[in-house]
Amino acid sequence: MLRRLRGRDLGFKLGTGFFAALLVAIVLGIGFELWRQSMLSIEKFGFGFWVGEIWDPVSGEFGARPFIWGTLYSSVLALVLAAPIALGIAIFLSELCPARLRMPLTFLTELLAAIPSIVYGLWGIFVLVPVVRSFEQSLPASLRALPLFSGPPVGVGMLSAVLILAIMVVPFASSVAREVLKAVPGSQREAAYALGATRWEAIRAALFYARTGIIGSLILGFGRALGETMAVTMVIGNNPQIKASLFAPGYSMAAVLANEFAEAADDLYLSALIEIGLVLFAITLMVNMASRLLIWQMNKPVRAPRAARLPVGAATAGGAA
Amino acid sequence: MRHDVVRRWISTIVVWLCGLSVVVALVPLAFILFFVVSQGIQALNWEFFTALPAPVGELGGGFANAIVGTLVLVGIGAAFAVPVGIISGVYIAEFPSTRLATMARFAADTLNGVPSIVVGVFVYGIAVMPFKQFSAMAGGLALGIMMIPIVTRTTEELLKLVPPALREGALALGATRGRATLTVVLPAAAPGIITGVVLALARIAGETAPLLFTAFNNRFLSTDPRQPMASLTVQVYNYAISPYEDWHRQAWAGALVLVALVLFCSLLARFATRRLERLQTGH
Repeated sequence: MLRRLRGRDLGFKLGTGFFAALLVAIVLGIGFELWRQSMLSIEKFGFGFWVGEIWDPVSGEFGARPFIWGTLYSSVLALVLAAPIALGIAIFLSELCPARLRMPLTFLTELLAAIPSIVYGLWGIFVLVPVVRSFEQSLPASLRALPLFSGPPVGVGMLSAVLILAIMVVPFASSVAREVLKAVPGSQREAAYALGATRWEAIRAALFYARTGIIGSLILGFGRALGETMAVTMVIGNNPQIKASLFAPGYSMAAVLANEFAEAADDLYLSALIEIGLVLFAITLMVNMASRLLIWQMNKPVRAPRAARLPVGAATAGGAA
Repeated sequence: MRHDVVRRWISTIVVWLCGLSVVVALVPLAFILFFVVSQGIQALNWEFFTALPAPVGELGGGFANAIVGTLVLVGIGAAFAVPVGIISGVYIAEFPSTRLATMARFAADTLNGVPSIVVGVFVYGIAVMPFKQFSAMAGGLALGIMMIPIVTRTTEELLKLVPPALREGALALGATRGRATLTVVLPAAAPGIITGVVLALARIAGETAPLLFTAFNNRFLSTDPRQPMASLTVQVYNYAISPYEDWHRQAWAGALVLVALVLFCSLLARFATRRLERLQTGH
C-alpha cells in the first residue's frame, strides 16, 4: 500500500518535472538553434562581423557594428532619462503617496507597461516624430553646430527612439524598484527618524539599504530597452550608420531583424541576420542574469555589521520589527 | 539652526520632485490614450469589423481578417502555453528546493527577458524553415513561448499563497501529494491563476515582433493553421508605414481595439484580484 502511494507520488513528481524541464529546454534550444543557424555567417566573417561597419546585402558584405552601436546608444540614453523618473515614481508610490491615491496611480503606471509596443510605434510616427522635428528645427544654430545636434532635422532618428524607449522603460524599472523598496524593513526608516532625520534623509537610508536591488531594477529596464523592437523600428530612421548626433537616423539590432528578415533571400544574408539575433540574445541574457543576481542578493537576509550588533540582553527588546 | 532649515527644504523639494516624476510619466500615457481614442474612433465602424482589406488604392475595407487571425493565433498559443505554464509552475511550487526547480525558475525569468523578436527568429528556424512556409501554427508557437513564463511564475506565486492547512488536511485524509495538489490546492488557487492567464493573453495579443516572420500576413480571411495568417498588430504595422491616408486611419482604429482589449483585461484582473482578497480576508 505504502509503496503504491510512493509510486504514485513519484509519478506526480516526474510528470510535472517533465514540463519544468521543457521550460529549461526551450531556453537552451533558443541559444543552440540561433548558434546553429548562424554558423555560416560566423565561419565566413568571424570576428570581423562585430567590427565591420558596412552592411550591404547586395554585395554580400555584413558588419554588425552600426546595429550594435544603435542598440547600445539608444538604450543607454533611454536609461539615463528613465532612471530618475522611475526612481521618483517608486519612492513616491512606496513611501510618500496618500493611501487613497496609491491604487489608482499604481494601476495607471502599470497600464503604461501593458500598452502594446506597436501602439507606441504608431503614436511615435504620427505624434512624437513631428513634435521632435519642430523641436529640432527650433534649436538655435549655435547649438546645432555641436556634434550632438548635427545633421538635418528630420524628426525620425536617435532622439525619437530614445524618448519613446524612455517612456516604455519607466514602468518596468519603477515597478521592480517599488517591490525592492517595499522589502526594506520598516526599522531602517524608524531608526533614521529616531536619529532626527528628515523625510528625505529617511528615504535615503532606505534607498541605501536597497541599493543592489535598485540597481538591479534599472538594469532590468535596460534589458527591456535593448530588445524593444516595434516602437524603435518605426521611429529610429533605419539607417545603418554610426553617429553621435541625436538628430541622425540610426538603426538597432532588433529593428534590422524586423525590417529585413522576411525578405532575406540568400542563405548568407539570413545567417548574418540570425547572428545578430544570437548577439542580441546573448546580451539580453547577460543583462538579465546580472539584474536577477542583484535583486536576489537584496532579498537575502542581511547580516548586521559587527559594530552595530546589540549586546545579548538588548537583542530581545526591539529586534523583530 | 540654518543647517536644519536647509535640510528641511531639501526634504520638501525631493518629496515634490518624486510626485512630479509620477506626473511626468502619466503625461505620455494621457497623450497616447487621447490620440488613440480620438483618431481611432473616426475609422471605427461596422465595416472595420466585418470587411476584408480593400485592394490597394481603394478606400474602405476593414480588419476582419486580422481580428479573426489574432483570435486564432492567441488560441493556438494559449493551447500549449497554459498547460505547460501551469504544470511547470506546480512543479516549481511543490518541489522548490530541487535543482530542476531552481533551473526552471531561472529559465522562466530568462525567457521573460528574451526579446520577442529573438523568439520570432528561433521559431522561424524550427517551424518555418523546415516547411518553407509561413504559417499560423508557427505564429501561435511564437506567442505561446512568450506566454509560458508568465503563466509559470503566476502559478508558482499563487500556489505559495494557498494556506498550508488546506494541503495538510488533504494529506491527513490519506491523499497522495499529487492528489492533494490537483484536487485541493490547485482549485483554491484557480481564480488567481485564471486572472494571470487573462493578463498573459492580453499581453501576447499585443505582440507584433514574433509574428512578422512566423505567421507573416494574409490579406484574406483564413483559419487554416498551415497558411500564413493576418493579425491585428502586424496589420496595424503594415498600415502605419504605408503611404495611404485611409490606411493610417484604419491603423489608429486597430490600435484603439488593441488598447481597449488591454484595458478591459487589466480592469477585469484588477476587480477579480480585489474580490479574491476580500474573500480571503473575510471582509
